[in-house]
Amino acid sequence: MGRASSLTPSRLLLLGALLACGVVAPLLFPAYQSQLTELLIFIVFALAWDLVGGQMGYNSFGNVLFVGLGMYVSAIVQVGLFYDVGLYTEAKGGGTEFVFDADQFLAGLAFGLPAAALISALAAWLLGSLVLSMRGHYFAICTLGLGIAAGQVAAGIPWIGAGSGMLTPNPPADLGDVGLLLYYLALGLAVTCMLTFAWLLSTRFGLALNAIRDDEDKAEAMGLNTHAAKVTAWVIAAAFLGMAGAIYGNVVRFIDPVETAFAGATIGAWMILMALLGGKGTLLGPIVGAIVFQLTKELFLTFLLGWQRVALGVLIVAVAVFFPSGIVGFVNDRLRTRERAGEQGP
Amino acid sequence: MIANLLILFEAPALGLQLLIDGILIGAVFALAAYGMALVWGVTNIVNVCQGEFVMLGGLVTVLCAEQGVPPLLAVPLAAAALYALGWILFQTVIVHLLGRDMFNSVLATFGIAIVMQQLMARGFGGADRIAESGLGSWFFFDGLVGIAKIKLVVFAACITLGVALALFLARSRQGQAIRATAQSPRAAEVLGIETRKVYGLTYALNAAICGVAGGLASMAYTVHPYSGLSYTIRSFMIVVVAGLGNLAGVVWAALGLGVAESFAGFILGPQYQIAFVFALLVAVLVTRNWRLKAKRRYLK
Repeated sequence: MGRASSLTPSRLLLLGALLACGVVAPLLFPAYQSQLTELLIFIVFALAWDLVGGQMGYNSFGNVLFVGLGMYVSAIVQVGLFYDVGLYTEAKGGGTEFVFDADQFLAGLAFGLPAAALISALAAWLLGSLVLSMRGHYFAICTLGLGIAAGQVAAGIPWIGAGSGMLTPNPPADLGDVGLLLYYLALGLAVTCMLTFAWLLSTRFGLALNAIRDDEDKAEAMGLNTHAAKVTAWVIAAAFLGMAGAIYGNVVRFIDPVETAFAGATIGAWMILMALLGGKGTLLGPIVGAIVFQLTKELFLTFLLGWQRVALGVLIVAVAVFFPSGIVGFVNDRLRTRERAGEQGP
Repeated sequence: MIANLLILFEAPALGLQLLIDGILIGAVFALAAYGMALVWGVTNIVNVCQGEFVMLGGLVTVLCAEQGVPPLLAVPLAAAALYALGWILFQTVIVHLLGRDMFNSVLATFGIAIVMQQLMARGFGGADRIAESGLGSWFFFDGLVGIAKIKLVVFAACITLGVALALFLARSRQGQAIRATAQSPRAAEVLGIETRKVYGLTYALNAAICGVAGGLASMAYTVHPYSGLSYTIRSFMIVVVAGLGNLAGVVWAALGLGVAESFAGFILGPQYQIAFVFALLVAVLVTRNWRLKAKRRYLK
């Protein structure tokens, strides 16, 4: 496989065009603004999953752990800077005494989002040395368990609303369109994520990750510090997941511990589906996968209302069984066979 | 939490109650874990929808009981339904996963689990369900320790089925074919065993075992469409602790888990019981890893 991640001028041009599309998209299609924001967040989810799952070969089923952690940390910081969190959740975020003015709301976001990234990264660092030395089934099921356990623990803590969830601060009316602000935050994060990963994968570090995926024992025997590389990748992915989760929490507004924050059977499974659908282990794949997935999800929501989660589950099974190389992998294979046919031609 | 611990010390009879409850539920765990070990050993697939099979078995039994069928008679119906489902799933999905990357099989069976959860929630509603058996309880120590008779029936049925299964695998032709395929698929094929059929049989049999486990469990414990995953995790944990192909180990690990869970549920509070199961899973896997690492160092 070629180094699909290096930034050639044509790629930069493509990225610039995409960025321009991203900037004007919510202005052109204001009706789909929240779906577009969700799409950008999903792109970050898929990319971050793929860094560890696709590039490094550690297929985590519990990345919702960092998403949910980011969501809660950001909400707690956003509220906690100005009010008592316990009283706030007790009042279900309502009441007249918990009002955020424009400055407070923006300051909350400005501190909440980095805090979410930081705490998620810290959690990944702490967990990393325990979890990342497992392989195969053990890693997969262990991470699956971690994601679900986090939801159960969060649902038992009254300070953050326990099972009845937590609301992010109510955006003040004089701030204008907060949805648009969140959209551009998500866009910024998605672009940062893409560029960071493109750069990372073009360095020796990217090669180290691929070496671990291909044969970890050999990589170690060749003198790579595989443990450090694994933990680093996991921490970077967690930081992006945490921040994306923080923005997502503000988009959906209501954080249910099991249904939104640590939703292993929806968001947790979807981010794997996105990466796989687009093409595991490629930089473009998760982005393509997220776009296709978001379109599919909205179509299912329109035409199969009430059955969309069943349909998405069937899609997961179908992709895992019949289409594991994904769209990008499929196109690459086609191109390669055509090239070969061209070489052998008359 | 500490208050609960003190209660335990002041009233040892309560500890006895928790111990008995734990052992009784442990038999259900053992059955589900045995099925998982079977599929894992033979096809090298970790069946993530194991817990959903258990829940479906329970819900079928509850449904039959609500139609007036005695619950104990409904259990074989659940087993038959699950056997059919397992066979269909094998032919449509699992057969394509044989010999593939473990990631594909985990993701695909996880997908099946999600579909089953959603369908069960739509079909049966999201409420806790139980198949009323109408049996009472025995009380000891002035009513401090109560044992529901149905739990004893469930326990006995689980043990009977477990023994029958072990005999089936050890003695019958089919059972020997399953064991031969687990040991060496190639050699088995050379000797004339149709391994693909064996894989199908194993998977369907596992589904039926789960159906029975769930059906029996639904008479004494609540079943819920969304609580399947915790059964999957318990089965996985038990198999990891016991090791593949270690029936006695599965039974001991399952009973131990049942007791640990019953005490944890009391001491930490019932809302943390599931969290405890998952935390225990992580602890078990981390310990396993440390032991493996120590062994590797020793080899050096």
